[in-house]
Amino acid sequence: MSTTVAEKKEKVSVPFDYNKYLRPNKLPHIWCPGCGHGIVLKAMLRAIDKAGLEKDNIALVSGIGCSSRTPGYVDFNTLHTLHGRALPFATGIKLAKPEMKVIVVTGDGDALAIGGNHFIHACRRNIDLTVLVFTNATYGMTGGQYSPTTPLDAIATTSRYGNIEPPFDTCEMAKASGATFVARGTAYHTIELEKTIHEALTHKGMSVVDIIDACPTYFGRANKFKSATQMMEEIEKDGTVNVKQAANLPPEKLAGKMLRGVLHKVEKPEYCEKYDILIKEKASAKK
Amino acid sequence: MTESAAKKLPRIVVNEKLCKGCSICVDFCPTDVLEMKGSIAAVKNLEACTRCQLCDLRCPDFAIQVFD
Repeated sequence: MSTTVAEKKEKVSVPFDYNKYLRPNKLPHIWCPGCGHGIVLKAMLRAIDKAGLEKDNIALVSGIGCSSRTPGYVDFNTLHTLHGRALPFATGIKLAKPEMKVIVVTGDGDALAIGGNHFIHACRRNIDLTVLVFTNATYGMTGGQYSPTTPLDAIATTSRYGNIEPPFDTCEMAKASGATFVARGTAYHTIELEKTIHEALTHKGMSVVDIIDACPTYFGRANKFKSATQMMEEIEKDGTVNVKQAANLPPEKLAGKMLRGVLHKVEKPEYCEKYDILIKEKASAKK
Repeated sequence: MTESAAKKLPRIVVNEKLCKGCSICVDFCPTDVLEMKGSIAAVKNLEACTRCQLCDLRCPDFAIQVFD
């Protein structure tokens, strides 16, 4: 099997000690064999380690869904909240404790359908959150219904003859809503994903990382994929192009492919800082 | 690298309690070091291991690690 250039360059010589950040007695996790969520969780833990964040200084917030089970397995301050409402809870934590690093893990249905409104408004405020959207294009926990990112013509339990709804582009939506860091990664390109998450964690302001991973149990089985490996190769490897490589490719080679890497990065005033300034101004005016 | 260092074999540890048998490690191994034994990954040909760690990086279940 072929590997990407980035992965050949960066070989890790000592295995990473994931137990440092895990609650080992909670393993094995509930995710199905071949589910990409575990790969993404590992990349996230390596990125957190690289960023040198203290375990007690991280709040990991999630909604409902397969991906939202992540906080159960990690030893941070964790919060498993209502369906789609991870971002309002995270906003509350960030405003109460602005020094804390607040990370939101959410699925594509959780973030873009049930919590769609919260998502665009969190982006608009540019509050300092890191949002990881696990995009497996399906509602895995409830039996494989189609989600807002399910591709056209894909089969799901609620679209037996093919999906007729065009999907959302998470990154375009986050960018248009005002997020200051927007990136995409895949579970296949795991080292690249680790770097992308690390960059998102160190960014000041709303950072959104759309992570493509595979659901072999529902999406894979319904769409005639033979294995998780085949899904990773066809959807994540062949279906995406790095944004730097894409600059040199002709448009016909980019047709139908999603861009990977950091897609949008700007500096804008952050919400908590503006809020602090406002409080100080008003408090001094009263005196 | 000296000859003795070149011959030093890595140690591949599969945690059988955590492995769910998805065979991602077996499929992505560039030198065919691993195989499926029933529903659990096992080491078949340790001499061929190049310590690339792809099995560890892509294992979704925290089940496999390569030690030098």
